[in-house]
Amino acid sequence: MSTVVAEKPGSLQGARLPKWFPYALAGGSVALGIGISFAAGLDSNIQWGLIAAILFIVGTYVIATRVEGKRQAKDRIATSLVWVAFLLAVVPLVSLVWTTVARGVKVLDVYFLTHSMGVVADTETGGGIYHAIIGSLEQVGLATLMGAPIGVLTAIYLVEYGRGKLAKAVTFFVDVMTGIPSIVAGLFILSIMLQFDMEPFGFAGSLALAILMMPVVVRSTEEMLKLVPNELREASLALGIPKWRTILKVVLPTAIGGITTGIMLAVARIAGETAPVLLLVFGNPFINNDPFEGAQASLPLYIYQQYGGGVETSYDRAWAASLTLIAFVMILNLGARGIARWKAPKTGR
Amino acid sequence: MAKRIDVSGLSAYYGSFRAIEDISMTVEPRSVTAFIGPSGCGKSTFLRTLNRMHEVTPGGRVDGKVMLDDENLYGAGVDPVAVRREVGMVFQRPNPFPTMSVYDNVAAGLRLNGSYKKSELSDVVEKSLKGANLWNEVKDRLNKPGSGLSGGQQQRLCIARAIAVEPNVLLMDEPCSALDPISTLAIEDLIGELKERFTIVIVTHNMQQAARVSDRTAFFNLAAVGQPGKLIEIDDTERIFSNPSVQATEDYISGRFG
Repeated sequence: MSTVVAEKPGSLQGARLPKWFPYALAGGSVALGIGISFAAGLDSNIQWGLIAAILFIVGTYVIATRVEGKRQAKDRIATSLVWVAFLLAVVPLVSLVWTTVARGVKVLDVYFLTHSMGVVADTETGGGIYHAIIGSLEQVGLATLMGAPIGVLTAIYLVEYGRGKLAKAVTFFVDVMTGIPSIVAGLFILSIMLQFDMEPFGFAGSLALAILMMPVVVRSTEEMLKLVPNELREASLALGIPKWRTILKVVLPTAIGGITTGIMLAVARIAGETAPVLLLVFGNPFINNDPFEGAQASLPLYIYQQYGGGVETSYDRAWAASLTLIAFVMILNLGARGIARWKAPKTGR
Repeated sequence: MAKRIDVSGLSAYYGSFRAIEDISMTVEPRSVTAFIGPSGCGKSTFLRTLNRMHEVTPGGRVDGKVMLDDENLYGAGVDPVAVRREVGMVFQRPNPFPTMSVYDNVAAGLRLNGSYKKSELSDVVEKSLKGANLWNEVKDRLNKPGSGLSGGQQQRLCIARAIAVEPNVLLMDEPCSALDPISTLAIEDLIGELKERFTIVIVTHNMQQAARVSDRTAFFNLAAVGQPGKLIEIDDTERIFSNPSVQATEDYISGRFG
């Protein structure tokens, strides 16, 4: 037999604001913010937004202190600050994506993706980005073929073998390379090209992009290799497996998901580089499939040049190319995540 | 198969720190030798010098002689990789390779050494899993990931992995300290069976375990923190636990230590 004891409000319970309170206050703040800016004749969206944010935070603190006490008020204010910061960060992102999509879809179609600017002047309508997509794929692809293996091997050296001065020096120079501005990497290759009196060509851009990519790959791969438990290396060595096979067959497979993600992020980073491409590849309205001979186009360079065109139709093409570039990078990232999930060590039964 | 280990004048260092000093002992073939002693006295370090795993640690270095039958493991030109194929090891925490299935884990030693015949591989895997008393539990899930097994099963998988390469000696570094009593019992039974074929050295913090599984017991101690660990005595397990010849051993075993 059990008797039901009615719960009495005890000393552990305090007054609580209702669940809808933050939403109501947010709505009120926005309305009041718009009202104030309207009355004061302010016409910027940023101003009413800021006024609303301040009203919301101050309002939360004052009301919560009154009703719930100081500690809960501080809790609520921290929550509000996080939300406000989140909105401040998300608004530009959403606006960027929205603008790119809204303006980009105007001319983005199969024709746009499969034709070049060869016979179209920048001021005319028509034309496309086929030549730029080819250029981007070849340059970025070649840069990845060079940068990713060198980066991964460097990281393997640093984590698995590197001891003493050489490893410290390598780490230092990787750090320095991480901070190289892309234009400097471009100038570095350009200075070599000028020595040999060469004309711009796609592979020169790949070299500069590989320089930019390498340190990023080294860093991310290093972190991933460090995450592999030492016990696995020891287990493998204790079986009489040589060190190089241990690295190849035990360490790398365990870290492969993270390494792939790191490489993909590095690829995404260099896919958007304009400066070295402008210096070394120069840009070309015609289709050039050969990265080793003659100027090529690339997506970021195409965007830059079309935006410089200065007329409505070239703006449209620039936005459409931007949308393509964002989609390209996004597909890469999704691909990397897919691979990471697929390759991750399995724990299922 | 099982070989005798003869250690003389062995010291091990981490950088300039001497972890164990001047150890000499003989480990008999086809027997279980247990190492006991307080934490930090160098039992594990000593165990790792017996298959040259000590030098894997940065700064690790060894002086002295370890004879495996008539070969010095630290002789000039001895390949540590070859040593580790002769002297296998099981670690404190079960560490199956997370990217590999149960089958691949057991086959790993042979496959990655490159010294096997394809037709024999599945026989070796089955024999090793049976040797580790794990076959009946995993025979239907050989292709599932090894990390999906329970802790005790994982440890037996690691033992199967170690015996698949047919070593002469099996070193076990506190193989049961992360396991529950039932899995511990399973492993202890297994040790009793394995000693028919291998020379077994086991480090343990559990004195009952040492008394249960071992034929001979070695007691290690250190004078003070920062001092190197030393071998105090080694004798038949029965004698160590009933009538040790050194007072420090009796103090440790009867709990009067420290």
